[in-house]
Amino acid sequence: MARKLLLENINVPGVKSFNVYRANGGYRSVEKALKTMSPDDVMEEVKKSGLRGRGGAGFPTGMKWSFLDRKSDKPRYLVCNADESEPGTFKDRFLMEYIPHLLIEGLIVSSYSLGSNTTYIYIRGEYRWIVDILENAIAEAKHNGFLGKNILGSGYDLEIYVQPGGGAYICGEETALIESLEGKRGNPRMKPPFPAISGLYNCPTVVNNVETLATVVPIINMGGDEYAKIGVGRSTGTKLISACGHMNKPGVYEIELGLPVDEFLNSDEYCGGIRAGHTLKAVVPGGSSVPILPAELFYKTKEGVARLMSYESLSEGGFASGSMLGSGGFIAMDETTCIVRNLWNFTRFYHHESCGQCSPCREGTGWMEKVLHRLEHGHGSMSDIDLLVDIAKKIEGNTICPLGDAAAWPVASHIRHFREEFEYHVKFPEKVAHSPFAHSVDYKRELNTVLQ
Amino acid sequence: MIKVTIDGVETEVEPGTTILNAARQIGGDLVPPAMCYYSKLKGSGGKCRTCLVKVSAGSAKDPRPMPKLVASCSTPVQDGMVVQNITSPEVLEARKGVVEFLLINHPLDCPICDQAGECHLQDLAFEHGSAKTRYEEERRSFDKIDIGSKIQLHMTRCILCYRCVFTANQITNERVHGVLNRGDAAEIGTYIQNVIENDFSGNVIDVCPVGALTDKTFRFKSRVWFVKPMYAHRNCDKCCGKTTVWMKGDEVFRVTGRKDQYGEVEDFICNDCRFDKKLASDWTVEGPAPIQRNSVQAQNKYLQGIKVDAPKNIGYGNISDR
Repeated sequence: MARKLLLENINVPGVKSFNVYRANGGYRSVEKALKTMSPDDVMEEVKKSGLRGRGGAGFPTGMKWSFLDRKSDKPRYLVCNADESEPGTFKDRFLMEYIPHLLIEGLIVSSYSLGSNTTYIYIRGEYRWIVDILENAIAEAKHNGFLGKNILGSGYDLEIYVQPGGGAYICGEETALIESLEGKRGNPRMKPPFPAISGLYNCPTVVNNVETLATVVPIINMGGDEYAKIGVGRSTGTKLISACGHMNKPGVYEIELGLPVDEFLNSDEYCGGIRAGHTLKAVVPGGSSVPILPAELFYKTKEGVARLMSYESLSEGGFASGSMLGSGGFIAMDETTCIVRNLWNFTRFYHHESCGQCSPCREGTGWMEKVLHRLEHGHGSMSDIDLLVDIAKKIEGNTICPLGDAAAWPVASHIRHFREEFEYHVKFPEKVAHSPFAHSVDYKRELNTVLQ
Repeated sequence: MIKVTIDGVETEVEPGTTILNAARQIGGDLVPPAMCYYSKLKGSGGKCRTCLVKVSAGSAKDPRPMPKLVASCSTPVQDGMVVQNITSPEVLEARKGVVEFLLINHPLDCPICDQAGECHLQDLAFEHGSAKTRYEEERRSFDKIDIGSKIQLHMTRCILCYRCVFTANQITNERVHGVLNRGDAAEIGTYIQNVIENDFSGNVIDVCPVGALTDKTFRFKSRVWFVKPMYAHRNCDKCCGKTTVWMKGDEVFRVTGRKDQYGEVEDFICNDCRFDKKLASDWTVEGPAPIQRNSVQAQNKYLQGIKVDAPKNIGYGNISDR
């Protein structure tokens, strides 16, 4: 049984409430940090832990905190990024819904370390019911002296506010999030200046993901060095993975980083394998924006090394034969999946969510979506396939924020690994046109069986 | 002062200067094009991505190249920075891509567009674009939008540079327009059929790099190359009163702000000067204005007999849209 740090008490009845959470060891890290540690000590422990941001980019959290402008006489802000919107990613929702005090606890310790007296949770608008859960948890924490003025007699004051967003994917990008939090249109800002220097209301600001901030709790409880012993290489600790697709047991799992991908997908403890009678075709290991991996490159790298669930292992081979751990949105697809339709679906999302600020993303995502629509419906040509690759290349790296990359990487990787399938759509338009479903041969056979 | 090298030319600039402004201090062909940056508008730039450059050495302290192309209008120079603009094939390729993206939803209706001859997108397409487009899909179209008695909005031509939005934000009192929707559905619009009417609203016409916002008092009266730009001034209690009047004989066809070599106005002017003072007697004419870099009058480099494969479905506009 793998070690659980975040979801240790998830099955304790009533852990959503303060009293049960507290009785099961909750808020120990706040007591430890505020009574025995200085803010710098807390940051030092986070640095020692090797924690990498769990939102997708995987930037070292301690380093990010150290960039905060501490000489500024302006207020400092910590913003919790709960705008989870990546298709395939639903781990933060789980954490906030079932164990909300863990996030509140992490926020108090992190805010203390960063010297922030006002902290915001910017949450995806569609998670409306979780807003109530979080606000209730904040009220309980305040009632019990863990929030508000002079927390635990330490002289430290903190208020936490929950702000639901309008439901735009781009508001998960930290500068667009800050714009939205300020009440403006959620457009990413140009960098520099980075939020650590000039963020919310032009004040020094740190934006961290829900899981990252929750992970600060076990780090402080067990010490950074101890936490760093879990995991493999520079991928330390545990990670929440939201698994979905053609598997027997989709769900949110906490894994120790470094777990073999084979074990994660096929063991009964986790995903329970691909559904009976089918074989794995491809995996998107880190949310829809990361490159897709065909089954043969998922289990082993091009060099034949077994893949692990870690930042380094999944990205081994670069974008030619590797992918990314990303946000941990693990999507498995069996042989019934139409790759062209899958890509069209992903691209439709990015087209819809592009903010429209910079030209390559605004125009390029729409162009790719239209070409893919044609291909999927049997109106494409061979040159369209190369055209898609070229458009993706022209978008990648040339946009203000990473949404352009997020739209381009799936296109490039789907075509790189499954080009024959795109060519099939061109060569046999009669087989793909007018089909309301995905049109792999197996899928059709299965459908006919159902109809009979 | 800090040293920066752009396309092999070294210059010294004040700390905090952007790569684009450093290049402008050198001048010539190595100045990156800019469709959305406007030095007089705070916060502008970074959006159109036409000014992308390659930083092949970050600074003298850290000479590593930057991993991606950067927007030169918003990236400050560092001491010892080495920048490649037109000497980098990667930059030229990326810029060609940006031009292609910009022209997806910009009709090539130059023959009927009032901005023809002084359109930055024309110059950009000529210098960095491809003669062909690969875009075969349906282009977006708009119903005619009335935004007031003096300004015509052609949303089909808009490239969403945000300049007019910044102008409205920063120099007018009553901002009533902005960007609606998102992605390629984004458009410049007014708040529920509002009109843009305040003393300085006409400046949105001057800052528009394409023909999306045009002057209703000048539309279709003449092509710009048939009128002569003359510096002129008058006593005005609202603005500086220093303008460029565009004349044919003694007739004043239009009035604009005075622009520098990069097509940016030196001082914003009021609507009275722009729209209402159309008699030669209203103005003290100082003499011919220098021809701008972005004017077709100054180009004189369009080759005779150049063969261009025009794209299919080329839009020449409709009389009802005018």
